[in-house]
Amino acid sequence: MTEKGKNPPNSTKTSRRSFFTKLWIFLGVIAFIEFIGVVTAYLLPGRKREKAAILGTIIDAGPVEKFPNESVTAFIRGKFYLCRLKDGGFLAVSRKCTHLGCTVPWLDKEKKFVCPCHASAFDISGEVISPPAPRALDVYHLYIENNIVKVDTGKRIKRSGFRSDQVVYVKKAS
Amino acid sequence: MADQEAILKKRTFFQRVRHSIFPGQLQPVKDREGYRWFFKTLVLHFRPRTVPERTLELTLTWGLGGMAVVLVLMLMGTGVLLKFVYEPLPERAYESILYLQRDVSFGSLIRNIHHWSGNLLLIVVFLHFLRVFFTGAFHPPRQFNWIIGLGLFCTVLFSNFTGYLLPWDQLAFWAVTICCGMLEYIPGVGRWIQNLIMGGSEVGPSTLSNFYAIHTAILPGFIILLMPFHFWRVRKAGGLVIPRAPEDEVTTRGKSVNTIPDLIVRELVVALVLMAFILVFSTLFNAPLEAKANPGLSPNPTKAPWYFSGIQEMLMHFHPFFSLFIIPVLIVIALISLPYIDDESSTAGVWFVSLKGRKMAVIAALTTAVVTPIGILADEYVIDLASRMNSVPPFISNGLIPFVILLVGSFGFYVIIKRKYAATNSESIQALFVLFLVAFLIFTITGIWFRGAGMKLMWP
Repeated sequence: MTEKGKNPPNSTKTSRRSFFTKLWIFLGVIAFIEFIGVVTAYLLPGRKREKAAILGTIIDAGPVEKFPNESVTAFIRGKFYLCRLKDGGFLAVSRKCTHLGCTVPWLDKEKKFVCPCHASAFDISGEVISPPAPRALDVYHLYIENNIVKVDTGKRIKRSGFRSDQVVYVKKAS
Repeated sequence: MADQEAILKKRTFFQRVRHSIFPGQLQPVKDREGYRWFFKTLVLHFRPRTVPERTLELTLTWGLGGMAVVLVLMLMGTGVLLKFVYEPLPERAYESILYLQRDVSFGSLIRNIHHWSGNLLLIVVFLHFLRVFFTGAFHPPRQFNWIIGLGLFCTVLFSNFTGYLLPWDQLAFWAVTICCGMLEYIPGVGRWIQNLIMGGSEVGPSTLSNFYAIHTAILPGFIILLMPFHFWRVRKAGGLVIPRAPEDEVTTRGKSVNTIPDLIVRELVVALVLMAFILVFSTLFNAPLEAKANPGLSPNPTKAPWYFSGIQEMLMHFHPFFSLFIIPVLIVIALISLPYIDDESSTAGVWFVSLKGRKMAVIAALTTAVVTPIGILADEYVIDLASRMNSVPPFISNGLIPFVILLVGSFGFYVIIKRKYAATNSESIQALFVLFLVAFLIFTITGIWFRGAGMKLMWP
């Protein structure tokens, strides 16, 4: 400090100081990242709640005979429509429009779902008839157990269009 | 030292207490002067001692910045009062608003003031933004303050939007549902952001508590931090931009006047008139409240809040990827980079850059005022690209093609008007800005008043 001419000790001193400065900055950045991580994890929707929700999401829709061909039944609690197509196949179609998320009502006279928000229309299988909806209505996993239709509302399945392998049929008694 | 102690001892108890709060003034003052002096020391802590006389002209600022401050203060005051009654739970929120309006003294009035001030604030900050743009008050040294202002504008916008959900009526619920649905079209992170904001995949209890926290803590916090920053930068820039007529030379600051009383009196008048207006308006008109939210029943039509209805109208004409992502992002980038592209300081303070600039702005406004309605009507009734080009995905027929037409059209307009008038950069950029501004206003007006059931065009 006293002798300015002595460069080597001075420079080691500055480099030591700058090393510590960098260390502090480094630690600060780490702390900041941790802080952001904790806050994000805290704010993200709870994992536990979702799991609990999945467990209790299977809905008994009722016996197969209850639903005539080409009919649509609304399930308000499950937020889906149970659609039985012309050929007797079942589909559990979400009531949420794929455009912006409005609830689509089924118009029985016109045989289609029409969204009140932007006038998207879907046919009985959820396929888009008129845009702006970009894809068909989502479906839920559906299966038939002991002649009773069951729908798992825990998982929404996205689809771009109608897929015949998603339609569930009553197994013919052999 | 000894003298001072002697003076202090001569004072009464109250004089000594007063001295401890406002030190520095040793000789006794007359009452009237004393009040003025308290006021001065406090006010001059925030404001400069003198300001250029010309910046006091009403036709420079229209008092818009001051109005925004008054409205923010009124919103914070009434907002705190509302917090005492409001309960942010889906099964309680709507009931607590009913209780507020029915059983709490002046409950309706407080809610009305909060509601109308919030809406008016959005209009006032938008006009303030236009004022700053058209007087060229974003040129150096005010470049960065333009960006802080944009930040404040976004904060006000989101404050309004998050507050929109809180009454939990049909209007609120479905407007927020479709606006959150819009987020899904942001590529990559859209669904993640949507989940984070809504606290799930649908508008529900978590959405309400998120919005409540954002509306009552986070965004006010941003405003409290950004507002003083904005004002401080005004002072650092040497006060407001000095107004002048187009033919005037770039002048010096001109004559200065004292902040007290010349500026302060004007500001107080604006504040009092505004407050009186809000109070009268709020006693006459109630804030809307519809039926309680019902997630199973979308009303027809479901509309976004009025300040987003321009975007909703855009959705009717463009594929969501363009109307919700590409176009807004381009607009934001353009606004942020504006003070760095157009940094011609010599035009600052002149309304609409120059006489030529005025002419070009009028031409741009007239052009869009004709083209936009024709475009909307044509897209609604005549052209239906999506069904005409069945083989092409809607992303191209309904998105890319109209977008390219829009881009080529506005670029062509820019080139033509610039060449025809041999205009400067500032003048042509302003013409382009007016072009988009008027188009946006027409979209917003169409969305608010000309869309009926099933979002079909109709007469209001």
